[in-house]
Amino acid sequence: MNWILVGIVLTTFVVLGSSRITTRIKAVAIQGGLLSVLQFVARGSLFDIHGALLFGITFFIKTIIIPLLIFRSIRGISMRVDKEPKVSSHSLLLTLGLITTISFLNINTFPLAVGATISSLLIPSALTTVLTGLLILVTKTKATNQIIGFLILENGVFTFGMTIVSEFPTIVEVGVLLDILVGVFIMGIMIYQINRTFDDIDTKSLSLLGDA
Amino acid sequence: MFSVLAVILVLPLVSLVSFLLKNEIKKSAVACLGTSLAAGSGLILLFVPFFQQPHDNVLIPTNIPLVSFAFGVDALSRFFLVVIFGLSFLVGIYGFGYIKEHKKFVNSSPFFSLLVAAMAGVVISKDGLSFLIIWELMSIVSFFLVTAEHENKEVQNAGWIYLIATHLATAFLMMAFVMLSKSSGSLMFGEFVLQNNRTPFLNGLLFIFAVIGFGTKAGIFPFHVWLPHAHPAAPSYISALMSGVMIKTGIYGILRMLTFLGSPPLWWGETLVVIGVVSAVMGVLYALMQHDLKRLLAYHSVENIGIIVTGIGIGLIGVSLKNNMMAVLGFSGAILHVLNHAIFKGLLFLCAGNVMYIAHTLTIDILGGMIKKTPFTAMLFLIAAMSICGLPPFNGFISEWLVYTGLFNGILNSLGHTVLISIAGVLGIALAGGLAVACFTKVFGVVFLGESRSGLLQGSREPPGLLLSPMIILAVLCLFIGIFPWPFLNMVFGAMQIMAPGAGLVDSDHVMSPLVNVSTIFVVLIVLAGLMISIRSLVFKKKQIQTTVTWDCGYAHPTPRMQYTAASFAEPIGSFFQTILRPHVHRDKTTNVFFPEGAVFDEHVPDYAEYNFFEPLFKRIGSIIIFIQSKKKSTVQSYLTLIFITLIILFVAEVWFGI
Amino acid sequence: MEYNFLCNIFILIVMPPFFVGVINRVKSIIAGRTGPPILQLYHDIFKLIKKNAVYSRSTSCIFRIVPLTSLLIVLCAGMLLPIASPSPISFQGDVILFVYLFALARFLTITAALDTASSFEGMGASREATYGALSEITIFIVLMTLVIIVKSLSLNKMLTHGQNVFVADPSVILLFLAFFFIMLTENSRMPIDDPHTHLELTMIHEVMILDYSGPDLGIILYGASIKLFVFMAFTAMIIFPCSEGPVWAGTGILFLKVLAVSIMTGLVESFTARIKLIRIPQMLIASFVLTLFALLITLFDQRML
Repeated sequence: MNWILVGIVLTTFVVLGSSRITTRIKAVAIQGGLLSVLQFVARGSLFDIHGALLFGITFFIKTIIIPLLIFRSIRGISMRVDKEPKVSSHSLLLTLGLITTISFLNINTFPLAVGATISSLLIPSALTTVLTGLLILVTKTKATNQIIGFLILENGVFTFGMTIVSEFPTIVEVGVLLDILVGVFIMGIMIYQINRTFDDIDTKSLSLLGDA
Repeated sequence: MFSVLAVILVLPLVSLVSFLLKNEIKKSAVACLGTSLAAGSGLILLFVPFFQQPHDNVLIPTNIPLVSFAFGVDALSRFFLVVIFGLSFLVGIYGFGYIKEHKKFVNSSPFFSLLVAAMAGVVISKDGLSFLIIWELMSIVSFFLVTAEHENKEVQNAGWIYLIATHLATAFLMMAFVMLSKSSGSLMFGEFVLQNNRTPFLNGLLFIFAVIGFGTKAGIFPFHVWLPHAHPAAPSYISALMSGVMIKTGIYGILRMLTFLGSPPLWWGETLVVIGVVSAVMGVLYALMQHDLKRLLAYHSVENIGIIVTGIGIGLIGVSLKNNMMAVLGFSGAILHVLNHAIFKGLLFLCAGNVMYIAHTLTIDILGGMIKKTPFTAMLFLIAAMSICGLPPFNGFISEWLVYTGLFNGILNSLGHTVLISIAGVLGIALAGGLAVACFTKVFGVVFLGESRSGLLQGSREPPGLLLSPMIILAVLCLFIGIFPWPFLNMVFGAMQIMAPGAGLVDSDHVMSPLVNVSTIFVVLIVLAGLMISIRSLVFKKKQIQTTVTWDCGYAHPTPRMQYTAASFAEPIGSFFQTILRPHVHRDKTTNVFFPEGAVFDEHVPDYAEYNFFEPLFKRIGSIIIFIQSKKKSTVQSYLTLIFITLIILFVAEVWFGI
Repeated sequence: MEYNFLCNIFILIVMPPFFVGVINRVKSIIAGRTGPPILQLYHDIFKLIKKNAVYSRSTSCIFRIVPLTSLLIVLCAGMLLPIASPSPISFQGDVILFVYLFALARFLTITAALDTASSFEGMGASREATYGALSEITIFIVLMTLVIIVKSLSLNKMLTHGQNVFVADPSVILLFLAFFFIMLTENSRMPIDDPHTHLELTMIHEVMILDYSGPDLGIILYGASIKLFVFMAFTAMIIFPCSEGPVWAGTGILFLKVLAVSIMTGLVESFTARIKLIRIPQMLIASFVLTLFALLITLFDQRML
């Protein structure tokens, strides 16, 4: 259990630390796989048909469909490497360290900690993942990075969900997953449109569309 | 006690005689050598058992009610007296030799004895009034010493910054002492300790005032702004004394104030650790970016004060958590570092004086290759540099080791955010240590090694023995404390027990035992190194040794100017920390790309605390004051209004906060 | 006890060049070459020590005494480790001495490099100072984590753990990975610095010793191999703690452990390209964050937060 959680946080680190977009997408894919395993393990019993089903669906969507969608959407766009990061990667990584520390520090005051019977590392890992997702959303302006940040944020929330995994109806989780899928789908279309309009996928360009 | 007081009273007389003398040589001789003699005898008196009666305080009553002057020497004062007298003794000798070469400093020399007297007076004062009076005296006297070259515009500026900073600090101290005396009904330090019925809020306020007031003198970040101005402005022997000892009176003040405030809450120690870490890292970062040798050393004082404050902080956390081990380690580390810093920083500033003597400049990037002309100065600088980096087997390592072990104990024996603060303490000191290595290899390498970058060293020679001999004593002390710290640690433990009364001798034995291993390892290491080097020289006698030029990668005509400069050496670190340092870069971009001609590149790092904190702050305050002045046209009423407002504020403070 | 310690010293003096040979052999096998013999470094060192020396006119006595002293210092640091059996000179708080001895060696090496008045060596010195300072804090986090795990400040306790098993704990594995990276940095190995490059502008350690020749160069190569050995042994001991058994068993296990780490180093060096100089600080911060994470997990496990 701890291994999976550590893996989830580490993939988050990789996403923030690497400068290659493909590495990031792969890391997100691995994180999705880890999450699906995590929820399977969290359910406890191996022969739970719901669990197996959900594992399959989660794995399929998070590890295969979504990364493929993003790969598709960046095809033909020449941005394998971040050219000009808004915030230097040094300070970004140090902020990551700070975020991790804060997530671990405030755990005692967190009300959900009581329900965390699965692993004590669950809440801090989830918190780190959520905050890192937000950090990516705040600091990176390219649309692809925005999608990745959004996905990581969602993965963090998903990890939080593990605290109440036993009393959560399966159908709701599948619904959420579909929502994510649709979200990524729409953003993929947006990337295409932004790129066609501006020859670049920086979301800062979107502000040019205002009435001004 | 009386003997020490007598020594201190002799010093103003020395100063007076020196003032009256006309002859330049005699004037400086009386001031420097007289002070040196008095300090030396004071030092001896402190160690002669006959004169050591611990509890004989001197009380000088006056006719004014509540006012009397008390003096006394306890273990803490005694430790600081040893540091003050010890360094003054050596610096006095050096100062005489230095003034003989630089006649412009003759007129300020009488203040030297006064400064020593004032510093010693501060640490033996046992009541608020005499403490503050002598404290002010110390500030003013050192102001005159800083402005020794008062014709120089920069020196004037430095003097003003110093004067303003130190007076603002004193304002905080006055408030603190007034609040203390009000709550205890007396100005005596003894009463401050006994009448400990203050509210936690008041104690906290006093703690903050003490940290700001004494911290400004000590030079903790961000109140260090006067240090990098004052130290380069003052003559080198005064810089050595100021950086080595005078800023330590700030540390003494913090320690003394802590004894008044009773059992500390956890946040005091934690605050001090955080302040210490910030000071240490920021100090060394700014030091790395300096181009002037003495300015660089001044920033290193900020770093070392940071280490001392971290030690005090972890000691306080230990006292709060009732963990004797932590308290012993933290306080002893801090107090020992006070002595160590006095030794190696004194030595470094004296070396800077030698550099000034030899090359007549302190700009690092135009020096170089001094080790061939002046091997003694170079070796002394190397020893001091290794000590200040905390490298074994020198004294800096011992005190840093104590602080580190204190912090490690803090990690093991506390919970929650205290653990994180201890971890931050370890990381901060480790980072500061690593950067200090970078900084001093830079200075030593660029100033003393390689080839001379300019013709400055033509015909230069080693300074006379009068300048070198006190430095050699300091260098020997660096090594001695590193290998054999026990006599000094005993003194430190005495002082430490005032800070952490619960810590018995058992705990200090616990501290001692690992240090036995440390010094054994050091001795073996040094002996082996000596042996190997002698074997090497024997072997090399049989070999053919050729000399040639440095490998120049096939370049046809290398010049000394092409050596790596200090600025380029520090560049990777500068760019790594550019978010913090915010360097100002000036680049002349007019050069033709294909046929480059002359180009200009200039980079300097302004002090963030000075330009982004104090300058806007004082501008704001200044604008308010101008507003008051212009509105009321400086009539009697306007001043009365100000008095009225002050009265109301005091009234509110009195009634609502009970201060 | 004395016998065991002598054994430790013997290993420390004799074994290190062998593992450099192992790394080179692994690299050449991967590259499809035969490569130099495994014991090549011993030959090199002996050959160099027999040679005469050439010195630059710019250098001073510091340049001459640094190789020997830094060799001694690195040896001393190695003796603090429980190499084949627990070290008798280990004490409470020796972790700090361990790190600071390497800092001392670094100080001396940088100083000697600056003594040559060469701008190439200045560059190397500057980089060594920067990366050294940054990797030092990561080393300190690793040490703090180990201190928290074993609740002791001595390297003996820290690297014996009291048991002789594979410590399968996420934080320990993270520490191992981070320290492995630090080992590569400190010893100027592949992703950070190429030990076999010939371009002075981009080197770190190799460029600092450009002007050494003859016996001094031999001593430097020897010292570098000892440093590499000490770091590899430390790396290995993080996950495979030193055993408490008889000294011959300890020696054998140590040999296998360090062999494994050197093969790993060889593999890493074969399969990675040297990263850009500009990217090195970022990698160091990454390893810093990684170890910080490990530290936090450990604190969390020990219920100290």
